[in-house]
Amino acid sequence: MGSIRLENVSKSFGEATVIPSLDLDIEDGEFVVFVGPSGCGKSTLLRLIAGLEDVSGGRILIDGNEVTDTPPAKRRLAMVFQSYALYPHMSVRGNIAFPLKMAGEDKAVIDKKVGDAARVLNLTDYLDRKPRQLSGGQRQRVAIGRAIVREPTAFLFDEPLSNLDAALRVNMRLEISELHQQLATTMIYVTHDQVEAMTMADKIVVLNAGRIEQVGSPLELYRNPKNLFVAGFIGSPKMNFINGATAKGHDAATIGVRPEHIALSTSEGLWKGTVGVAEHLGSDTFLHISTEGVGNVTARVGGEFSVRHGDTVYLTPEDGKIHRFDADGKAL
Amino acid sequence: MATLHTRSSARLMMAPAVIMLLVWMAVPLAMTLYFSFLRYNLLTPGLEEWVGFFNYKYFLTDPAFGDALVNTLLLVGGVLLITVIGGTMLALLLDQPFFGQGIVRLMVIAPFFVMPTVSALVWKNMFMHPVYGLFAYVWKLFGLEPVDWLASLPLFSITMMVAWQWLPFATLILLTALQSLDEEQKEAAEMDGAGFFSKFVYIVLPHLARAITVVILIETIFLLSVFAEILVTTSGGPGTQSTNITYLVYTQALLQFDVGGASAGGIIAVILANIVAFFLIRLIGKNLEA
Ligand SMILES: Nc1ncnc2c1ncn2[C@@H]1O[C@H](COP(=O)(O)OP(=O)(O)O)[C@@H](O)[C@H]1O
Ligand SMILES: [Mg+2]
Repeated sequence: MGSIRLENVSKSFGEATVIPSLDLDIEDGEFVVFVGPSGCGKSTLLRLIAGLEDVSGGRILIDGNEVTDTPPAKRRLAMVFQSYALYPHMSVRGNIAFPLKMAGEDKAVIDKKVGDAARVLNLTDYLDRKPRQLSGGQRQRVAIGRAIVREPTAFLFDEPLSNLDAALRVNMRLEISELHQQLATTMIYVTHDQVEAMTMADKIVVLNAGRIEQVGSPLELYRNPKNLFVAGFIGSPKMNFINGATAKGHDAATIGVRPEHIALSTSEGLWKGTVGVAEHLGSDTFLHISTEGVGNVTARVGGEFSVRHGDTVYLTPEDGKIHRFDADGKAL
Repeated sequence: MATLHTRSSARLMMAPAVIMLLVWMAVPLAMTLYFSFLRYNLLTPGLEEWVGFFNYKYFLTDPAFGDALVNTLLLVGGVLLITVIGGTMLALLLDQPFFGQGIVRLMVIAPFFVMPTVSALVWKNMFMHPVYGLFAYVWKLFGLEPVDWLASLPLFSITMMVAWQWLPFATLILLTALQSLDEEQKEAAEMDGAGFFSKFVYIVLPHLARAITVVILIETIFLLSVFAEILVTTSGGPGTQSTNITYLVYTQALLQFDVGGASAGGIIAVILANIVAFFLIRLIGKNLEA
């Protein structure tokens, strides 16, 4: 079991309020991603759940039991830190075994669990090495190993992949997702990278300045962003926002169109523009276009689309894919 | 940049300093070595003559030598024990956030700035004096017979004084080491269920190992040659109860004017220091390997 509930949780450091007041429900077995720009309070929120910081107000419940004042070790949560926080003087075996040793497990039980974890994480050949003799990805796996041997009610990850290179990040992303499928344990995963959020999450919590902007499945957020912030944050490349007369024509202060919802043509369309930069990826072509009347627009075309800097193109937003926002940035 | 060229020019640039240092070290050592083979007494000038190993035999068979050797090791060991354990505990304490932290940290370093002669005199006259010492006062407060520290426990008393002087050094080094311990590591241990004691044993102490090694090595170098504290308090007595090797060499050279014997003692002290250093490095030096 591993459901987590936050009720009116707030956090201030002295004068500075980092998290005003927030409610959140996390179901058992869910993969929840906290996503938001740097400094928005994701780590703080995770540390509140872990018990590494005290809440300034509100309650935290795990499986219905109040744990607001319970020390971290008693919450049965495991955390994987951004810096991995491995114990440098212990071998990989020592690191993974540490939580079991602290729990006073039998030597035989420890050996078995460490062996199992090492097998799952492909660390069997490295058990006697020190952390400094491992690559970044291996260190990451040791940190995960240390978390899984405890059989926690939930895993907390704080930007675990941000120290890895791009290729490894994609691999580890898959490995963590597979681990979640296998263990079916609640996982809370913090990241500032919306691609990680979209690819891994069952449920995304979008945070901005300590407030929850929206909670939902990746596709819900993609299809129906509640406000400008979520609309701009989810999706890559970013949604195009258009103000002024064009928006007025749709009865909105701002309208948003995703780059992939714009049809391009070299002969006819609604908006006329000039190609600024064309990014040819082979599978896709991204065009940065400055248009007359609606400003700079990014558009995506599947496959190859041979235009170059300075060419004239015509854009037409797809019907029904236009997001409308009022003057406060709320979706209409 | 470590190309062949930069390395050889670096060697060239360093040469004057290295040669200077070598000469600085080698000349006095060579002269001491030379004197140690002479009969050379300041009371009988002009009668110097080659006596081979006589001075060494004389120094080593002196019954005071054995006592001095044991005293030296006891003094070094005792002070190391007190400063490393006390320093670790003080560092742990000072690492906690509390009001007036800056001032307290500054005050803790203070004993290190007091000259050994001064601190020894303060200890001798204000703390350990059997009539007006502070300890005597406390003893009397509890209805006990005051202890004449320097007469009845001379080596222990000197160990206390020296330890008091070196405690700040150990504390300071261990405190900086403690502050360099990664916060996330402590938090990870906390989440893994380590209590205060386990965290200390499994996380903090291994992290401090290198700093403790440095403290032990540096202190040993200085503690083998403790002198001022002995001179101004017990003068090595009663008998030879608080005489260490350094002090023995001093009595030889300046109280008996025997330069040859003192030189032999000095060379023996150097050899002893090297033996101690050898075992020390063997024992704990592996901590210094990164
Ligand atoms: N211990 C602390 N003391 C004071 N301010 C803090 C502390 N920890 C975090 N903050 C502040 O809280 C805000 C959110 O930080 P954090 O949760 O680390 O952001 P994120 O993980 O989303 O990048 C930041 O503005 C940061 O400066
Ligand atoms: Mg963070």
